Amino acid sequence: MRIGDLIHMFFNGQYMLRILPELGKGLLVTVEIAALSLALGVGLGLVLAVIRVAISRKTTPWPIRLLNYPLVFYVDSMRSIPPLVTLVVVYFALPYLGIYIPRYWSAVIVFVLVLAAFAEEIFRAGIEAVPPGQVEAARSLGLSFLQTMVSVVIPQAFRIALPPLTSRLIAITKDVSLVSVIGVSDLLKVAKMDIARSGNYSALIAAALLFTLLFWPLMRLSMFVERKLKT
Amino acid sequence: MEQFIYNFFNVDIMYRSRIILLAGLKNTVLLAVVSLVFAIAVGLFLAVLRGLKFKPLNWLIVAYVDFFRALPTIVLFMIVYYMLPYLGFSPPVFWSAVVALTINGAAYFEEVFRAGIESVDPGQSEAARSLGLNYLQTMRHVILPQVVRVVLPPATSNSVELAKTTALASVISMPDLLYKAQQAAGGIFANPTPLVTAALIFLVMFWPFVRLTGYLEKKIGAM
Repeated sequence: MRIGDLIHMFFNGQYMLRILPELGKGLLVTVEIAALSLALGVGLGLVLAVIRVAISRKTTPWPIRLLNYPLVFYVDSMRSIPPLVTLVVVYFALPYLGIYIPRYWSAVIVFVLVLAAFAEEIFRAGIEAVPPGQVEAARSLGLSFLQTMVSVVIPQAFRIALPPLTSRLIAITKDVSLVSVIGVSDLLKVAKMDIARSGNYSALIAAALLFTLLFWPLMRLSMFVERKLKT
Repeated sequence: MEQFIYNFFNVDIMYRSRIILLAGLKNTVLLAVVSLVFAIAVGLFLAVLRGLKFKPLNWLIVAYVDFFRALPTIVLFMIVYYMLPYLGFSPPVFWSAVVALTINGAAYFEEVFRAGIESVDPGQSEAARSLGLNYLQTMRHVILPQVVRVVLPPATSNSVELAKTTALASVISMPDLLYKAQQAAGGIFANPTPLVTAALIFLVMFWPFVRLTGYLEKKIGAM
């Protein structure tokens, strides 16, 4: 009887099929937010990493070098505070200052900020792993700092950074469904709304399967990259 | 500026919300510690099982690890929360959160411990086995003591991530720090200061561990 209840309430094929088109729409929103945040977050992370490397050079005048501290504070905050907390602060607290950001963009902004912080750390470690002799050689050949970065250091740093970068970024991106908490109509929100409407939990299980179908190949890809590039 | 301080760093409201926030903090810390112990234990158990190299068992473990690493944690929280009663358990919400965090965390820890075990030269376990130690004795006295050092950086990083994930328990209305802060900010004081305070508490609490992770990765090397 219990088992019958369980199957009826959670693995009800009829419910799953009926809600599938709506879940598909939610899935699109999830993919959109994930892709947008990933692209912007990785880009911002790379830029921040280059900025941090540039301003911590010994030749930089000290007032500019102080800029390192706010950057470190930002990166460490994003790595220490749970993303859900940041999301809730941005969405529920900023309106008190008269700043209204639509849910969708609150979600994108928070995920970009979180992803960029992690990406910055990993890129910077990659840049620092490139032997300094290469930078010296490139500079003495007459390349500017930026040229050295773009055509000598970053291509190598990217290769070093790729394995930890993919696994970390996928682990964060997997949790974009947190945006359902502030009411963005992503896959999870669609499922939650159906549970509220029908009193049946099958939509949640269907959503879980869709999430897994979406992220499992990415996770395997990151493991493959890790194994391939490490040796 | 005045409006900013009034809404975000309102000392009066910080002071008045201290009891609510501390109650939430206590639950968050308790949840993190209990889940961490279970997740590490289950993860280690699965990694040792996988070392037996018994094919059907390994497929099951790989399926488990892959599935729960791909499933968003918030979805897992909701499934556990809704499904446990239908499986004949009606635990307090704290234990639903522990179950969800353990299932999720164990998948990550299994990976870490397995990689650690594989990093030990197979000649060592062959030598131990031919000296007459059985599989468990070999694991306990020969392999695992060497694994601890290699595993330390990724295990610390996993632990920090798991502790951060406890904030999701607020979604199934477990009264953790985030949940209490939302209560205080919304209904009680109508001022977002408690939310900002909660974020600061998370920052102060986890920042040393984030730094420790970076230090260990540099010192011992990321795996």
